[in-house]
Amino acid sequence: MEWLDLSPDEWNAVRLSIKVSAWATLFSLPIGIFVAYLLARRNFPGKWLLNGVVHLPLILPPVVTGYLLLLTFGRRGPAGVFLEEYFGIVFAFRWTGAALACGVMAFPLMVRAIRLSIEAVDRRLEAAAGTLGAAPAWVFATVTLPLILPGVIAGMILAFAKAMGEFGATITFVSNIPGETQTLPSAIYTFTQVPGGDMGALRLTLVSIAIAMTALAASEFFARRVSRRLDLE
Amino acid sequence: MSLSVDVHHRLGSFEIEAAFESSGRLTALFGPSGSGKSTLVNLIAGLMRPDRGYVTFGDRTLVDTGQRIFLPPYRRRIGYVFQDARLFPHFTVSQNLRYGRFFTPAAKRYADFDHVVELLGLGNLLERRPSLLSGGEKQRVAIGRALIASPRLILMDEPLASLDDARKAEILPYIERLRDESRIPIVYVSHSLAEVTRLATDVVVMSAGRVAAAGPAVAVLSRMDLLPDEDRDEAGTLIEFAVTGHEDEFGLTVLHSQGGEWRVPRIEVSAGGSVRARVRARDVMIATEEPRGISALNVLPGLVAEVSAGERSDALVAIDCGGDRILARVTRRSLAGLGLEPGRRVFAVVKAVAFDKGSTARRAPPGSVAAGEGR
Repeated sequence: MEWLDLSPDEWNAVRLSIKVSAWATLFSLPIGIFVAYLLARRNFPGKWLLNGVVHLPLILPPVVTGYLLLLTFGRRGPAGVFLEEYFGIVFAFRWTGAALACGVMAFPLMVRAIRLSIEAVDRRLEAAAGTLGAAPAWVFATVTLPLILPGVIAGMILAFAKAMGEFGATITFVSNIPGETQTLPSAIYTFTQVPGGDMGALRLTLVSIAIAMTALAASEFFARRVSRRLDLE
Repeated sequence: MSLSVDVHHRLGSFEIEAAFESSGRLTALFGPSGSGKSTLVNLIAGLMRPDRGYVTFGDRTLVDTGQRIFLPPYRRRIGYVFQDARLFPHFTVSQNLRYGRFFTPAAKRYADFDHVVELLGLGNLLERRPSLLSGGEKQRVAIGRALIASPRLILMDEPLASLDDARKAEILPYIERLRDESRIPIVYVSHSLAEVTRLATDVVVMSAGRVAAAGPAVAVLSRMDLLPDEDRDEAGTLIEFAVTGHEDEFGLTVLHSQGGEWRVPRIEVSAGGSVRARVRARDVMIATEEPRGISALNVLPGLVAEVSAGERSDALVAIDCGGDRILARVTRRSLAGLGLEPGRRVFAVVKAVAFDKGSTARRAPPGSVAAGEGR
């Protein structure tokens, strides 16, 4: 079974992919809940525009999204210059850029899952909480959030899985630098481009499958636990 | 503490234009479905904002469109018991009960958790999830949840409407205890005459978005013109009695009202206590001479005060028996045959067995809710 042992470079790609996806998921979570709440509950001018922008990465070719990121957050992009100057944050050709690209690509999936669960919340329960003295922020924290937890978990798992598989936008935005921006899909792609890389590609493919299955099982587990807590009817 | 409402609100084609004032212990908003009762309590709770008007409670203005004041629901400290309980499914009963308490400023928490749990008989439910409760249990928890938040006023919107008769009978005594033992005024929405008769100290009758009548229960519930159509058969008067004793041998209770002495099936209230009962018009007979050899135990002399012939065969006759007003439903034929007209001396005859559990209730202790409590 020696052929299953990963080389240090391959391990790097696996670790990097998990790191990038975890950061992408965690960072987009609060924004995702906020945007999902706006879309589910509020009416405001320009709602259609927000909805469109959020969903754009789902429809655009990933390469286009990556290129747009490069134009805005690249070394010479307006946002890139600003962030580097004032906060010292650099995205271009760093793992942080890979996380940004993955986060943007996974965002619509996360928002969708959370939005659906917010729309399913019984607003009469929130009104009841209000009559018991809970201000809107408390109502959200103590009633809405616990009730949408299954949706939030589903959204996070979806986003994580999407981030693990992200390729086009990442490679366009931050390229394919081993140890820095070479995630699992990029590494597999590289293996398929060199002679004798078949075994490496196969090993990483198996790793990808294992990670995806684990994520799926975890999401099932949490969703079941939460829904068992919520209704036993 | 007095609740004062004067609001105008439009909902689609439905318009509500209602004003009333009440300082009773339990004010019933009574009327048929769609008469605007629930809208009115939502306006009091702050779940809806009136187009125009004001709601004040005690010295506090809850909403006043003229002064641009609107207190959001979470700052009103008004408990609300919904028809559909609305317990939080992700909390246990105990957590549900304590929810409101957390948001009540410490200095204003007057409700005692253990006392409320005892009052509503919730002791063995505390660790359960709401989904495992019966309808009646859910409603009791909902009442407890509102109480433990230490509200200044409690609104109940048809809390029994979704329950079967057995569950209703299970909860009614708790609401009675609440009315008699706590010092929090209650506004109780209902379309059930039986519930209102049993519970209300004050009644606001709603009809098509307007207040048709408002005042003390005894006065309002005795007016024959106020009943919704489906309750015409239930027309009658509410009479207050003092309990003078029991006739254990026959299982009867002897009562005294302004009109005289009454005998009714045994009521579990000791001598000296007071009860009230609804005497249905269809249970009352009229005799022009004192009847003899009659099985009915209650024969009260009086004067015909008012006669109103109905469209069909029947007529309602109001008899003044020494201050008690008793309604009798008779046929128009009897009306003519006996020559019943205002001023005529008659005897009202009521069978003791006409008094049943649904029409008799322990009376709320006198006096309105003291100010200064529950603030």
